[in-house]
Amino acid sequence: MSGLGCQFVPDNDEMRSFPGARPPDRTGHVDSSGLRLAVNEWGDVDAPMIAAIHGGFDFSRTFDVFAPMLADGGWRVVAWDARGHGDSDHAHLYSWAADVRDHLAAITALSDKPVVMLGHSKGGGQLLDLLDGRPSLAKAFVNLDGLPSQFSSPDVNDRERRRMRRADLGAFLDRRRRRNELERRPDTIEGLAGRRQPMNPRLSREWLEYLVTVGARHDDLGWRWKIDPVLHLGGFGPWRPGWSMDHLAALEMPFLGVLSGVQDDPMGWKSRREDIAPFLPPGGRLEYCDDIGHFLHIEQPRYIADLVLEFLEPFK
Amino acid sequence: MSRRTEFLSSGALRLALHTLAEGEGQALLLLHGLGEQSPMERPFWAEAWTGPVLALDFTGHGESDVPVGGGYMPEALMADVDAVIAAYGDLTIVGRGLGAWVALLVAGARSSIVRGIVLADGSGIAGGGPQPPSPYVEALPAVGSATPDPFALLELSRDVRPADYALDYVRFVLEDSELENPIVVSARIRPDWLAAVAADIGVIELSLSEAVASFVPPKAT
Repeated sequence: MSGLGCQFVPDNDEMRSFPGARPPDRTGHVDSSGLRLAVNEWGDVDAPMIAAIHGGFDFSRTFDVFAPMLADGGWRVVAWDARGHGDSDHAHLYSWAADVRDHLAAITALSDKPVVMLGHSKGGGQLLDLLDGRPSLAKAFVNLDGLPSQFSSPDVNDRERRRMRRADLGAFLDRRRRRNELERRPDTIEGLAGRRQPMNPRLSREWLEYLVTVGARHDDLGWRWKIDPVLHLGGFGPWRPGWSMDHLAALEMPFLGVLSGVQDDPMGWKSRREDIAPFLPPGGRLEYCDDIGHFLHIEQPRYIADLVLEFLEPFK
Repeated sequence: MSRRTEFLSSGALRLALHTLAEGEGQALLLLHGLGEQSPMERPFWAEAWTGPVLALDFTGHGESDVPVGGGYMPEALMADVDAVIAAYGDLTIVGRGLGAWVALLVAGARSSIVRGIVLADGSGIAGGGPQPPSPYVEALPAVGSATPDPFALLELSRDVRPADYALDYVRFVLEDSELENPIVVSARIRPDWLAAVAADIGVIELSLSEAVASFVPPKAT
């Protein structure tokens, strides 16, 4: 892979450690239609490759514990920051389809052979789209809680759903109007970790503070998340969960899906086994983790890594 | 008159807004179709309009800037129109093709400011249809500054437009409008979303000239 250096340079000397967390062995970037995507790698460069795709509002360094476990299991784990996230370029426009295209550009730049694809949350959902269109890219696919089924909650009536959509629309346009003024709010490491905690209520403060030091930048005013301030949680559009499930059913490669069983995790997709099982591709495998939240690979990295390594053993 | 062009800011990008006719009062805004650009002069069907007649080049079209790496969605083009709203206030919009779809979205999102919309035939009126088209993912090289942006042509011809999604926006417009018929359909080609809009109570059908004339604000007495 071209462009990868061999050192990791922290933004600031105020770093934190976390048990089991290892910075990437190599860092670099790939180009996607003129945008630079930051790439991080763990493991032997000659080992078979797992392309790991992070979820929304995450970044590739959120794999700092999980990826080394896979790497120690004999894999080269390569992850990149989505446009606008982590160390990748901020873009003028963002869309699901553009992210999917960025994944294609990164994968084809990093390997000329089929690789294992692993996606968490939004990253897993985007791989459903990519691999339905480009099945030859993957020799196996692992999806970590990125299988949507209940996006439109049945508890919300049409009037309320429209009211929410309208509020989202207004907020989106207001944010776009103020785009040139938007910036991420500076804070201390502890403050930034505390602000992220509501998204990650099941993850330790120690982890979140570590995450600040690898996912935020430091300037004269403090630490700020690197993510483009125009991006925000939630959204609107005509997307339906069933469309993603059609992609799942059409997959041709070996598939492992792992679902979180914790229904009240705020970032979770709340899919149940019975929602997904009818759409599994032939030979597909579905694991359901009753007591692990949406960030499965961060909350229980050893358990999930062992599950993935066992599934992937035939594909080395 | 020959058209006069100004540039509005949309983040780091510039949007070209053309004045096709000067006038007093509320503006009429023209939105072009997919891959097109604004007309050079006031169309004949807009002769009845007494206020300024404006025409916007969408991002990646005409004289507007081209973003790096695509990422187009009709919802993002709403923000282009919103930049005009921020500068000019209340508007009536005539949208052709893709512009018709964007006109409906932004009218729903800014229902107290967009006074009326006319939905007309043109390129990109169907988008990707009511359900996702067959999967297709292609990485394109960086395209530079030429318009129309190939990413726009690719992405805005594949966006999904379900009828019930369109009807949500119709509801937003009808709930807020002071007009009896704030949505007029002039298009003859009717993809699912537009057929549903045209069939909705409160939406009427007129020719383009009649539609524009129906929205001419009454003169102050």
